[in-house]
Amino acid sequence: MDRNEWPLYEVFIRSKSGLSHRHAGSVHAADDEMALSNARDTYTRRNEGVSIWVVRSDRIIASDPDETAAFFDPAKDKIYRHPTFYEIPDEVENL
Amino acid sequence: MYTQGLDQAGRDAAGAAGEETAEQLDAFQARIDAEEKIEAKDWMPEAYRRTLVRQISQHAHSEIIGMQPEGNWLTRAPTLKRKAILLAKVQDEAGHGLYLYSAAETLGVSRDQMVADLLSGKAKYSSIFNYPTLTWADIGAIGWLVDGAAIMNQIPLCRCSYGPYARAMIRICKEESFHQRQGFEIMLTLCGGTDEQKAMAQDALNRFWWPSLMMFGPNDAASKHSAQSMKWKIKRFSNDELRQKFIDVTVAQAEFLGLTIPDDGLRLDEESGHYEHSDIDWEEFFEVIAGNGPCNRQRMAKRRKAHDDGAWVREAARAYAEKKAAKAA
Repeated sequence: MDRNEWPLYEVFIRSKSGLSHRHAGSVHAADDEMALSNARDTYTRRNEGVSIWVVRSDRIIASDPDETAAFFDPAKDKIYRHPTFYEIPDEVENL
Repeated sequence: MYTQGLDQAGRDAAGAAGEETAEQLDAFQARIDAEEKIEAKDWMPEAYRRTLVRQISQHAHSEIIGMQPEGNWLTRAPTLKRKAILLAKVQDEAGHGLYLYSAAETLGVSRDQMVADLLSGKAKYSSIFNYPTLTWADIGAIGWLVDGAAIMNQIPLCRCSYGPYARAMIRICKEESFHQRQGFEIMLTLCGGTDEQKAMAQDALNRFWWPSLMMFGPNDAASKHSAQSMKWKIKRFSNDELRQKFIDVTVAQAEFLGLTIPDDGLRLDEESGHYEHSDIDWEEFFEVIAGNGPCNRQRMAKRRKAHDDGAWVREAARAYAEKKAAKAA
């Protein structure tokens, strides 16, 4: 069918300063400026945010869920990256 | 993430029926049974995807059509305060529709397609919005009963197995509480007013009680999608369970208002602690679903007109965006 709809944008909101932006949902908009005001009207009607990012959905590069195991595999066998890997005698403090 | 672009890269073809193996289906059910959330681009059975598209888009359409009965009173609210509140509530309903359309879009269906299905009558919306709002008290009854019934339905959906839907529902439920409380407050004010005002509140309850009970859908025995939806953890409670819960909490609220629930058969079963009620007129329910409720035609005509009247705005915004992009290039 004829796809007349405006492009899709993903919306990320910082709920207060000190916290990072978090994905809230998406909106359609004709351009970037409209995406920002649509995101404000849709996702922050009750002061849920102090900052909004919008980005065209088709510009996001995402990992493939079918490749999840292989993609994250390199980290699996490196347990020495965690502090609990190291055995330190109980009497040693502040470590 | 709600992105659609990736879904188009072969996702639809991979999910096509006929290519689903028993291993895939078992692995999927195991994830569901382990209370894992399913995310947009994860493998899912085609029937699961279709069920969600149908349910989420119907839900979105209900929010959009649901603006009409209340919008009917925006210019006639009794005070400026009530008008501002009603405006905010109607705006929330539009917002809820948008959250839900976004969630449905993650499943690979386009916004245009969903809107087209609503306007053509192919997609359904909740039967309750085909009843008229004849008096101001109806606005109170809608907030109290209709939003109350919606909350009963929606709270369990916050734990739905499909991540984007569950997240949209969490956002919606946070906002619904205001809707229900403002409705009850309208009823409370009317019930504390003159005899005519109290009679108006009773009349609204009389007209909205049964249609509100129908919002939960057919009896469990007659509900064709329920069992599979429960297995997939899209639904957590059956229609009858939710309806019973709603009746149990609402009766006491009506008593507080000094209003009478329009059901001679309503009585508390001391043993179970639940209220028994008379049979629901399912013929009326199926008539409304079939398009023959008091306002079906009016609601659809108004929606189509709004869509057509807005066409020039959508075109102008697109033309402006293209012109600006061309200038920047």
